[in-house]
Amino acid sequence: MAVIDVADLTKSYGDVHAVRGVSFSVEQGECLAVLGPNGAGKTTTVEILEGYRTRDSGSVSVLGMDPADGGTELRQRIGIVLQECGVDPYLTVSEVLTMHAGYYNKPLAVADVIDIVNLGEKATARVKTLSGGQKRRLDVALGLVPDPELLFLDEPTTGFDPTARRQAWDMIGNLARMGKTVLLTTHYMDEAQALADRVIVIAAGRIVAEGSPDSIGGRADADAQITFQLPTGVSPGDLPLACEVDGDGLVVVTTSTPTAALQTLTTWAMANGGELKQFSVSRPSLDDIYVALTADSIVEQS
Amino acid sequence: MVGYQVRWEQKSYWRNPAAAVFTFAFPLLFLVIFTAINGNGTIDLPGGEVKFAQYYVPAIIAFGLISACYTNLAFTICIRRENGLLKRARGTPLSPIVYLAGIVGNVIVVAIILTSLIIALGIIAYGVTFPGRYLALIVTIVTGAFCFSTAGIAISTVVPNEDAAPAIINFVLFPLLFISGTFGPVSSDSALGRIAVLFPVRHLVQAMVHVFNPFGGGTGIVASHILIMIAWGVVCLAISLRRFRWEPRIKS
Repeated sequence: MAVIDVADLTKSYGDVHAVRGVSFSVEQGECLAVLGPNGAGKTTTVEILEGYRTRDSGSVSVLGMDPADGGTELRQRIGIVLQECGVDPYLTVSEVLTMHAGYYNKPLAVADVIDIVNLGEKATARVKTLSGGQKRRLDVALGLVPDPELLFLDEPTTGFDPTARRQAWDMIGNLARMGKTVLLTTHYMDEAQALADRVIVIAAGRIVAEGSPDSIGGRADADAQITFQLPTGVSPGDLPLACEVDGDGLVVVTTSTPTAALQTLTTWAMANGGELKQFSVSRPSLDDIYVALTADSIVEQS
Repeated sequence: MVGYQVRWEQKSYWRNPAAAVFTFAFPLLFLVIFTAINGNGTIDLPGGEVKFAQYYVPAIIAFGLISACYTNLAFTICIRRENGLLKRARGTPLSPIVYLAGIVGNVIVVAIILTSLIIALGIIAYGVTFPGRYLALIVTIVTGAFCFSTAGIAISTVVPNEDAAPAIINFVLFPLLFISGTFGPVSSDSALGRIAVLFPVRHLVQAMVHVFNPFGGGTGIVASHILIMIAWGVVCLAISLRRFRWEPRIKS
């Protein structure tokens, strides 16, 4: 049975249709990333699943319960990591976790949770003395304390430096290996790629794409791009393939048959004096796909 | 579970210098300053004349109770709502009622400590006599705590954001404190006295002064004061139940 099952979910705030008919499900042990620009409806969707908001219509099941009236029983089994959510600044890290552990039937040991999020050296520090990244790790720790079957992570690494993000990803990756089901919202494509088994993209209250991070938006079949620096004394017309030259003087060859194109290019290069500088082959990044998928809705909104 | 919450609230409360100092410093400071200014004066109470402290100490007990309950609760709830602590608590299996009871329980503990301190100081340092009306003292404190706790929660629901909190919370309270005779008697026949009688501050002050009135007879409980505070408490409770928000207003 799916851990989360959402069908035809809608929610409006006055005249604003925040969520307009969203359906998806999340299986046991799966990490689903919900992507979308700000205001796309992802936080509203997730907060309905967490029981913070009521829905206007549609059906929602979380761990077999309706979050609108799941109450205490549902909250025993889920962990929530919210955006910008405060913690009592005057308690220490381990006190806050101990206090929360007291709310759950089968919490994880506080010391273990502190280890998982790597806050050992701050365990006896008051919350108000933590840095932004440390506070975020405490947020994640609070989500883990219940030893939840399902963990909601709302933009868990926003504001992290690159190293802290890698560490957070390792930590979240470990949760997946522990068999936890994770619903992640993010607007970092690389985060979805690093963590998620599956991605849905929400824009203007609707799901505009769904798939694995590698295939979403037709990414698996999309044209590849070969780029390199135009050799001196060569004009673009001399090259053996149709191409464009971008603003930095880099030649861009867009092709659906990158293997053959490479053969043609490298053969030509060897015959005409050697190395092509800054040579690279890439498929469209998840960023490119995301921008393309959500561009329409952003235009629509503005 | 409420006891569990109160213990954690207490732990946090006493580590917050601003809240603890303000709650305790203001009443104690007013007590010391005003009795220093007016220490030799006398005040007419029903039944006879008493020295200033005999009036002022119970008035400051009322102020302390208001400061501990109303001001503390209003600020705590506003700050926690705006910073997301209330939302976080809502996401746990802890019952919302138990969570709020923990916050209220905490201020009740603070109120008991503060009023005890003021009474002790009044008796020891200012020679105030307590006529032994324990029941009246307890009834007045319990009713006052109920009335001003619900008032604190109710006022927190009209505060739009954290920046507006000090202005609104204090702006409502301080004029009432002055016209209600907290810092010196205000005649019931005066214009200010007639306005003040509509609000609960005056009734708490007068009920407390009456508890300490050495000439008063009977139990020392004045039903009208107690009933008006209960009525205000019920109204504020209704406002709180209707308007309480666990999250900041959606910013748009």
